[in-house]
Amino acid sequence: MRTPRLIVKNVFRRKLRACLTILGMAIAVAAFGLLRTVVSIWNTATQASATDRLIVRDAVSFIMPLPYAYLDKIQQVPGVKVVTFANWFGGTYRNKENFFARSAIDGATFFKVYRRYEVSKQEMADFMKEQDACIVGSALAKRYGFKLGDTITLKGDIYPGTWDFVLRGIYEPKSKSTDASQMFLHWRYLNERVKQVFPGREDQVGWFIAKIDNPANAGRIASSIDALFKNSSAETKTESEREFVKGFVTSASAIIDAMDYMSYVIVGIIMLVLANTMIMSARERTREYAVLKAIGFSAGRLTELILGESLFISIIGGALGIALTYPMVRSFQGMLPPGAFPGLSVGSRTLELASAAVIVVGIGAAVFPIQRVLSTRIADGVRFSG
Amino acid sequence: MQNMIEIHTVSKSYWREKIEIPVLDNIDFRVAEGEFLALMGPSGSGKTTLLNMIAGIDRPSSGEVVVNGTAISKLSESQLARWRASNIGFIFQFYNLIPVLTAYENVELPLILTKLSKSERQQHVETVLAIVGLSDRMDHYPGQLSGGQEQRVAIARAIVTDPALLIADEPTGDLDKSSSEEIMTLMQRLNTEFRKTIVMVTHDPHIAEKAKVLRHLEKGVLLEA
Ligand SMILES: Nc1ncnc2c1ncn2[C@@H]1O[C@H](COP(=O)(O)OP(=O)(O)O)[C@@H](O)[C@H]1O
Ligand SMILES: [Mg+2]
Repeated sequence: MRTPRLIVKNVFRRKLRACLTILGMAIAVAAFGLLRTVVSIWNTATQASATDRLIVRDAVSFIMPLPYAYLDKIQQVPGVKVVTFANWFGGTYRNKENFFARSAIDGATFFKVYRRYEVSKQEMADFMKEQDACIVGSALAKRYGFKLGDTITLKGDIYPGTWDFVLRGIYEPKSKSTDASQMFLHWRYLNERVKQVFPGREDQVGWFIAKIDNPANAGRIASSIDALFKNSSAETKTESEREFVKGFVTSASAIIDAMDYMSYVIVGIIMLVLANTMIMSARERTREYAVLKAIGFSAGRLTELILGESLFISIIGGALGIALTYPMVRSFQGMLPPGAFPGLSVGSRTLELASAAVIVVGIGAAVFPIQRVLSTRIADGVRFSG
Repeated sequence: MQNMIEIHTVSKSYWREKIEIPVLDNIDFRVAEGEFLALMGPSGSGKTTLLNMIAGIDRPSSGEVVVNGTAISKLSESQLARWRASNIGFIFQFYNLIPVLTAYENVELPLILTKLSKSERQQHVETVLAIVGLSDRMDHYPGQLSGGQEQRVAIARAIVTDPALLIADEPTGDLDKSSSEEIMTLMQRLNTEFRKTIVMVTHDPHIAEKAKVLRHLEKGVLLEA
């Protein structure tokens, strides 16, 4: 027999208590993992948003369109490299549950401004050749089993009618934070049909995206763009993509801050729970520890025993909890509309934090019992009856 | 013959809320190597306190304790722990075995602190379990043994490191008559056959009779032999 065996035997002396503590630890670590995952995805989403892209939208409301004619004027502003634009298509695919983002874009410029969608040269060429072609993300293709050449039929709402698009390209997201379940179609095709069916509604776009040469000049360039359209019928509001995303999430960011905070509160609570278990054990074994001391067990040996027991519980519970985090994150994602949290997966940073929390809990919970056992005089410990 | 224990003018007091409680008063005595001493005295006379001084688990307020040639009152806590591990075997009234360990593992416990190999440890444990007559019970847990058997396991644990001195505080205090006699026979054997010096505290005059020497402690003072 060696110390580790004694540690394991000690852990399972009170089986129910040990199992409940391990289970509690597992649930706490899983909750910690889930919260950290959501927080970290949120942070990467904000950070991934660019500072060298400006979003130009209607000053009054995001849903109001802007004249296509602005394109040339924005292009002329010093510091602007490329301008592209996009438009929500809306609509439904088969039924309302099948939610994914559908945007009408200008293929020639859009993928120059957004390098996060990777499409092969051949597929891109095919897409550009056909006016009713479309490109979808790899996740979306996988979800519905779309293959190149398939026809995807959408029922329009903003643009009423039945729309058939031929799939010519499938993009791969460049990073995990890129939404891989979007659909892109040609704005020009949309515009042609609008011109025929709804005369007067043509030549409008949802928003412009301007790629600029230097993020440091973002403020100046944004004001020059907005100045161009001052006192026109459609004034603009221009800001960097990062600010735009941040503005979108300010209301939610308080919740994210709370989740951030709560994840650490959970660690604190579980540390107290484990400490309580450890203190109860140390108290019950006062005489045994005194006997071990009498036999010659040093302070180091006793620390090893108690710390080992505490770490054993926290690591077993923690490992279980980390394993639980994955299905928890997956089922959490299942409750959200697809694409709402692209790349919601357990990150290595989250795993590091969870592992660190497990170790900290194990050590922290052992401090008081170790202190108690070491400070009890042998003579008093051997007399102890409790 | 050499002295196993030398107690030089040892006094011990406890302090409770600034009030001094004298427990041992100027104790001065020797125990020769190979001795089997029984210490008697009324409850609260300081027997356990004196044993604890000898065993190096408590320190005198004044005076000096020399055991097996070492002035133990001068050792640090960690030196004392190491010293106890190789010099003292403890036998308690309530056996104090670890309930989740088998008899074998309980006896093996002190050997965790040594550098012995697994097979050497096994040899030691089996030898002492044979001496106490429990070879057939080594896989039993303390809860599956009688009080007398538990105490025999505790004795095996006390001698497994082959210490020179055994300290027993009322080893039969919790046992019936026949078990007590078995334990005393075993202690006598350890003294005569295995040359262990033994200091034993007891209440029971019949038990004390089995020792070679008898001393009385009254109110912290050792009476003349
Ligand atoms: N830790 C302690 N604090 C205060 N008093 C103590 C302590 N330990 C023992 N005593 C007192 O010392 C006296 C002797 O105790 P003890 O040596 O256990 O006697 P015995 O073993 O002869 O019954 C008793 O009065 C007891 O109450
Ligand atoms: Mg006593």
